[in-house]
Amino acid sequence: MSTNAFITEETIEPDGDGPLSELTVAVKDNISTAGVTTTCGSAMLEDYVPPYDATVVSKIKAAGGTIVGKTNMDEFGMGGTTETSAFGPTENPAAPGHVPGGSSGGSAAAVAAGEADVAIGSDTGGSVRNPAAFCGVVGIKPTYGLVSRYGLVAYANSLEQIGPLANTVEDAARLLDVISGPDGNDGTTNDGGADSAYAAAADGEIDTLTVGVITDLLEGADDRVVDVFDDRIDALEAAGATIEEVSLDSLEHAVQAYYVIAMSEASSNLARFDGVRYGTSGGSDGNWNESFAAAREAGFGPEVKRRILLGTYALSAGYHDKYYKKAQDARAWVKQDFDEAFESVDVLASPTMPVLPPALGESLSDPLQLYLMDANTVPVNLANLPAISVPAGTADDRPVGLQLIGPKFGEETIIRAASAIER
Amino acid sequence: MYLWSIETLTLRARLLHCMSESSVDGEAVKHVAELARIELDDEDVAEFAEQFDEILSYFDALDEVPAVDSETELVNVMRPDEVESSLSQVEALANAEETEDGYFKGPTVS
Repeated sequence: MSTNAFITEETIEPDGDGPLSELTVAVKDNISTAGVTTTCGSAMLEDYVPPYDATVVSKIKAAGGTIVGKTNMDEFGMGGTTETSAFGPTENPAAPGHVPGGSSGGSAAAVAAGEADVAIGSDTGGSVRNPAAFCGVVGIKPTYGLVSRYGLVAYANSLEQIGPLANTVEDAARLLDVISGPDGNDGTTNDGGADSAYAAAADGEIDTLTVGVITDLLEGADDRVVDVFDDRIDALEAAGATIEEVSLDSLEHAVQAYYVIAMSEASSNLARFDGVRYGTSGGSDGNWNESFAAAREAGFGPEVKRRILLGTYALSAGYHDKYYKKAQDARAWVKQDFDEAFESVDVLASPTMPVLPPALGESLSDPLQLYLMDANTVPVNLANLPAISVPAGTADDRPVGLQLIGPKFGEETIIRAASAIER
Repeated sequence: MYLWSIETLTLRARLLHCMSESSVDGEAVKHVAELARIELDDEDVAEFAEQFDEILSYFDALDEVPAVDSETELVNVMRPDEVESSLSQVEALANAEETEDGYFKGPTVS
């Protein structure tokens, strides 16, 4: 089996010079590229050709980057292994026979296999950090609103951010410098990254850094992952950082809250796929409800149907308060817990994933089990915070990632700390 | 009671919340599928009913979450209502399987 990192391999030339000149860039296939098919890993959009570029794509081209293709992904970003793609799974180049993580598994695999210098993915509940950890590369989930989502096919708007993947912290930071900043086409953007100098922050200086280790996220993790994580934290301490233990009670409920919110937003966002304006048509004969239902039956895979239906359930009469409203309370609680933690530490640390990369085909049959794999990454999206996954070592020949979480707009701090771990 | 197929996953502790407070049957699945406009065959309905029961039971632990006062940091983002260039009609229709006289063609609204 080939790595299958790309759904479409096509060169898009740069239209300017800048920090990405001479670099090749892989773009996740849920990010719009004018004139180049953008499938979201779904049969529904197999032939969809966007009429415009996403803001991040325009910025990459203007900064000199050469786009080499559109990368494989879990269908509409819904999955953590890149196995729900309608175009077949991607294999992990750093651990053959295993999944690359997801949903931006193609982007991480392309970088790990040397098929692109850097890549962009999207992270709704860990979809940049998870594959970065599993493929042994660096991935950044920026503060909510730091990077424009204009041209990103929406899954769960209140949670997702586009973020960079690269072989080094400095390269990931350089790409973040390019793509961040306010955008009139995305009203949720802010000016947090307007005059950024993230690449310059990758200087490894951590003498005054206080790192809080989130003990709640170590308890459920595989011992082999924890051993690699502990070694890196010891090395940080030896290099001059201060290490503290932190416990956040709200995290017990983060996975539940995340999935209720993400599925609810998905059920609304994916209502647009009715086969009329784009996508697989259900035909124009007969009743519109039946036509739409037929188009959606044919176009969506099982995980997408599952999330749309569960989201519809959570928002339906009689269940809204029980699920959606309580999930919003949990989200506020998670935010509050993080804010309090950052009063005494500069960054928080955990293993990026509680497990080693599963074998291909091993985990797909049990959805709840896959959701629980996201325990360490989803709290960051609920709290709108920035986080980075940096390679920490290997166990049983499979990569282990270390996650550093920063306060709002704390990108420079997590980049600096991650660059120390990398050395 | 619960079989993990990922050899490495030791997250059982997080599942202790699993009490079967919710109960989802085939009728409930068919109802939401109708609301969401997704056709399902009987096999899908049966499989989803079983999975939804398990997943929603796990979500039931949200009952333990206290009410939280959240300080809103949101502001409205406004812009002047000015005419700007946008997609041409041809571009906007380019991805539709069926069009007629410069319009999208859809099924009958009943």
